[in-house]
Amino acid sequence: MIPLSWYLLVAALLFCIGLYGVVARRNAVAILMSVELMLNAVNINLVAFWRYGSVLNPDSAPIGWAWAIFVLTVAAAEAAVGLALIISIYRRRDSVIAEELDLLKN
Amino acid sequence: MSQETLQTLTWLIPAGPLLVFFLIVLFTKHNRTLSWVLAWAGVIGALVLSWTIAFNMFGTYLSHDISHPEELLEHPVQVASSIDWLPIGDFANGTWLKMGVAVDPFTAVMLFMVPFAVFMIFIYSVGYHNYGKPPGTERGTPNHGKEEPMFSRFFALMSLFAGAMLLLVVSDNLLMLFIGWEIMGFCSYSLIGFWYARDYQLVPGAIPHISPRRAAIKAFMTTRVADVVMLLGIVYFYSVFGTLNFSQALSAGSLEHAAMEIGVGMLGVMALLIFAGTVGKSAQWPLHVWLPDAMEGPTPVSATIHAAAMVSAGVYLIVRIFPLIAVAIEGNPGVSWVIAGIGAFTALMAATIAMAQNDVKGVLAYSTISQLGFMVAAVGIGAYVAAAFHLITHAFFKALLFLASGSVIHGMEHGAEHVHDHHTDPQDMRYMGGLRHKMPITFWTFLIGGMSLSGLPLITAGFWSKDEIFADAWYLWSHDTNATGLFVFVMLAVAAFLTAFYTMRQISLTFLGKPRTPLAEHAHESNGFMTVPLVLLSVLAAIAGFVGIPDNFLGTEGVFVNMYHHFVGATIEEPIAELYDLHLVGHKIETLPWSWTPLATSVVVALGGLLVGYLIYGRKPLTKEQDDPLIRPLGPLHGFFQNKWYWDELYQVVFIRPVVYFSEVIVFEVMDKGIIDGILHLVARTFYAIGRGAKATEEAVFGRAVDWVKDQFLAMTKEVRQLQTGKVQEYVLVSGLIAAALAFMIIFLINFGWSEQIMSWFQ
Repeated sequence: MIPLSWYLLVAALLFCIGLYGVVARRNAVAILMSVELMLNAVNINLVAFWRYGSVLNPDSAPIGWAWAIFVLTVAAAEAAVGLALIISIYRRRDSVIAEELDLLKN
Repeated sequence: MSQETLQTLTWLIPAGPLLVFFLIVLFTKHNRTLSWVLAWAGVIGALVLSWTIAFNMFGTYLSHDISHPEELLEHPVQVASSIDWLPIGDFANGTWLKMGVAVDPFTAVMLFMVPFAVFMIFIYSVGYHNYGKPPGTERGTPNHGKEEPMFSRFFALMSLFAGAMLLLVVSDNLLMLFIGWEIMGFCSYSLIGFWYARDYQLVPGAIPHISPRRAAIKAFMTTRVADVVMLLGIVYFYSVFGTLNFSQALSAGSLEHAAMEIGVGMLGVMALLIFAGTVGKSAQWPLHVWLPDAMEGPTPVSATIHAAAMVSAGVYLIVRIFPLIAVAIEGNPGVSWVIAGIGAFTALMAATIAMAQNDVKGVLAYSTISQLGFMVAAVGIGAYVAAAFHLITHAFFKALLFLASGSVIHGMEHGAEHVHDHHTDPQDMRYMGGLRHKMPITFWTFLIGGMSLSGLPLITAGFWSKDEIFADAWYLWSHDTNATGLFVFVMLAVAAFLTAFYTMRQISLTFLGKPRTPLAEHAHESNGFMTVPLVLLSVLAAIAGFVGIPDNFLGTEGVFVNMYHHFVGATIEEPIAELYDLHLVGHKIETLPWSWTPLATSVVVALGGLLVGYLIYGRKPLTKEQDDPLIRPLGPLHGFFQNKWYWDELYQVVFIRPVVYFSEVIVFEVMDKGIIDGILHLVARTFYAIGRGAKATEEAVFGRAVDWVKDQFLAMTKEVRQLQTGKVQEYVLVSGLIAAALAFMIIFLINFGWSEQIMSWFQ
C-alpha cells in the first residue's frame, strides 16, 4: 500500500498551488478555480485518512468520503454562487480583475 | 488472442482520445499541426483497438454456423472485466459500484462504426478548418478561407467527445454509460457554441438562425431535463436489481425476480424513466427542439452529434436495455404505445418539417430526428435487431450527408469570398443550384448518401435497414393483429415517402439546374482532406446493408442469410427465449417469415418519393427568383411546416415565459425586493428613529466631551485606514501568513513539551 504520507504530500502540494493561485491570479474566475483546488486538497486528505483508518478498523463508518462528498456538493454550490457573483460584477464594472474590485478601500 | 489481452485492449479503447484531450489542452494548444496529429493518433489508436476487438468477434461468429452461432448464443459477452470503484451502503460486505467493460455482438458492431465514422470526421475537420491557409485572427467566429484560430481547442474537444462515446459503448454498466453520456453533453455544449462570438442579423425572408451561444445553452438545458429523469430511472434500476451491470441485471432470472417483486407495471415505469434519457439525447418529440439549432456548430460537429455519437447514444441506450423494455412492453401495452408512438410521431413530424426547410443543414437535422424516430419506433414494437441495424447504417450515410453538406457550404463560402458578398446566407439552398459541375465529388457522394437515406432499393444500406423495420412492424400486425404494428407501419411508410421526397428536393435544389447566385457560380470543390472521407463513407453508405439481407429474401430458401440479425440477435437471444418461456415477453429474437407486403411498401414509398421529388424539383430545376413550388399546393401548411410546427414558439409561451416571469416577478420583485428588503428597511427605519432620539440626547448631554474622543479616534483611523486596501487578495495573503505563523508556533510549542498546557486552553 502506498504510504499515507504520500497522499498528504500531494494534498499539501495541491493546497499550496491553490493558495498560490488565490493570492497571485488576477482573474476572479481563476481565483475561484484555485479555491476549488484547495477544497479538493482537503478532500484528498479526508479520503486518505478514511482509507487508512478503515484498514486499521474495518468496521469504521464511511465518514471520510461521506464528508468528501459533502465538500464536493458545497464546492459545487459555491462555484455556482461565485460564478453568478462574478458575472454580476462583470456586468456592472466590466472587469473580473480582483485588484480592480476595491470598493471596500479605506 | 488470449482473454487477458482482449480485456486490456478493451479498457484501452477510450483511453487514447481521452488522453489526447488532456495532452492538447495542457501542452500542444499553441501548435496546431501537433494538435491535429495527436488527435488523429488518438482516434487511430482507438480505431485499431476497436477493430481488433470487433473483427475478433466477427471471426468467432463466422467460424460457427452463421444462422445459429452457438458459441455466441451461450456466451454473448465475449470480453468482460470490471474493478471495484466506489464503496456504497454495506461496503464492508463487498457492495461496490463497479467500473467495467464488456464486449458482446452489439458492442462489436458499434465498435466497428463509431471509431471509423469519428476518424473520417477528424480527417475532414483538418480541411474544414482550412489547415495550412493563413491563420485567421477573429476568435469565436468563422474565419472564411482562413485557418481557424481555435484549431487546437476544436480537436481537443472532439477527442474528448470521441473518447466519451467509446467509453459509453464499451461500458458494461449504466453508471459508466451515464458518465460518458454526460461528458458528451458537455462536449456538445462547448462545440455547438464553438463560434461563441457569432451573431446574426434578422433579415426578413432569410433562414432564421439563432446565435451559436444560445443554441449551445438550449441543447444543454433540453438534454438536462431528460437526464434528470433518466438518472431517476438509473437509481430505480439499481434499487430493484441491486446492480447496474447490464448482463447481470437483464438476465432472465433477474428480470423474472424483479417482475415478481415489483410487478411488470413498475418495470414499465422504470423503462419509461430511462427512455426519457433517450428522448432528450436522441431528440425525440417533445424534446427534439435542441437538435436543429445544434446546427450552429461547425459542420464536423454536426456530423459527430448526428451520426457517430450523441444521438446514437440515445438509441444505443434503449437497445442496450432492450430485455427490460421487452418485458415492460409485454406486461403493459401502454409502454409500447408510448415508445412506438413517440418514435413514429417524431419520424413523421420531422419528415414534414424537413420537406419545407431551406437550410441545407436544417433539412439534414430534421431528417436525423425523423430517422431516429424510426429506430425508437422499432424498439417500441420490439424490433431489437432492426433498430440496431438502422442505427449503424444511418450513422454511415448521415455522417456522409453532413460532411458533404459541409463541403457544399465551404464551396459556397468560397464563392461568397470571391464576389465579396457577405449578406447572402451560404447555407440557404435557394441560393445554390448547379453545384453538380462545380463540385463533382461532393455531388456524387451526396447522391449516394441521399439515396441511402431515401432507401433506394437493393443497392443502398438504408434500404435494408428500413425494410427490416417495416417487416417487423408488418409482422406484428399481420401475425399478432397488434394495432401498434399497423400504426407504426403506416406512420413510418408515410415518413419514408416524405424522406425520399425531401432528399430529392435537397439534391435538386443544391446540385441541379443553373447557379442561382454569384456565390454558387464561383463555388469550387473542397480540398482532399474533405473529399477523401466523403468517398470512404459513401462506400460504406452503399454496401453496409448487404450484411442484413433478410433470410429467404424474395421467397428463396437458403440463398441469403441475415448475418447481421443472427450476429447481433445473439446478444440477447438466450435471455429473451427464457423470458418467452416464462410468458414475460411476447416475441423471441428470431428472423421473420418472408412477406411481400413490407418489401413492396418500402420499394414503393422510396421510389415514389424520389419520383415525385424529381417531377417537382428535378425535371425543371428552380430558376432565379422562383418561389418554392411546394408553397402553392400546401398553402398554409407550408408555413406551418417551415416554422417547425411552431414548437419553439409554443415552448416559449408555455415554459420559458412562465419561468422568466416567476424568477423576475415572484422571486426578484416580490420575495427579494418586497419581503427581504422590506424587513431590512423596517429594521433600518426603526434604528434610524432610535438614533435620532439618541442624537438629540447626545447633543444636549455629552456634547463636547464626546467630540474630543471622536477627534482622537479620527486622527487614529486616518493612520489605520491605510491598511485597508480593499484588495481581497492582500487580505487572504495576510490571513494566510498569520495562520501559518500560528501553526508554526503551535507545532513549536508542542515540540517543547507544552502540549498539555495547550490542550488545557481548549478544554
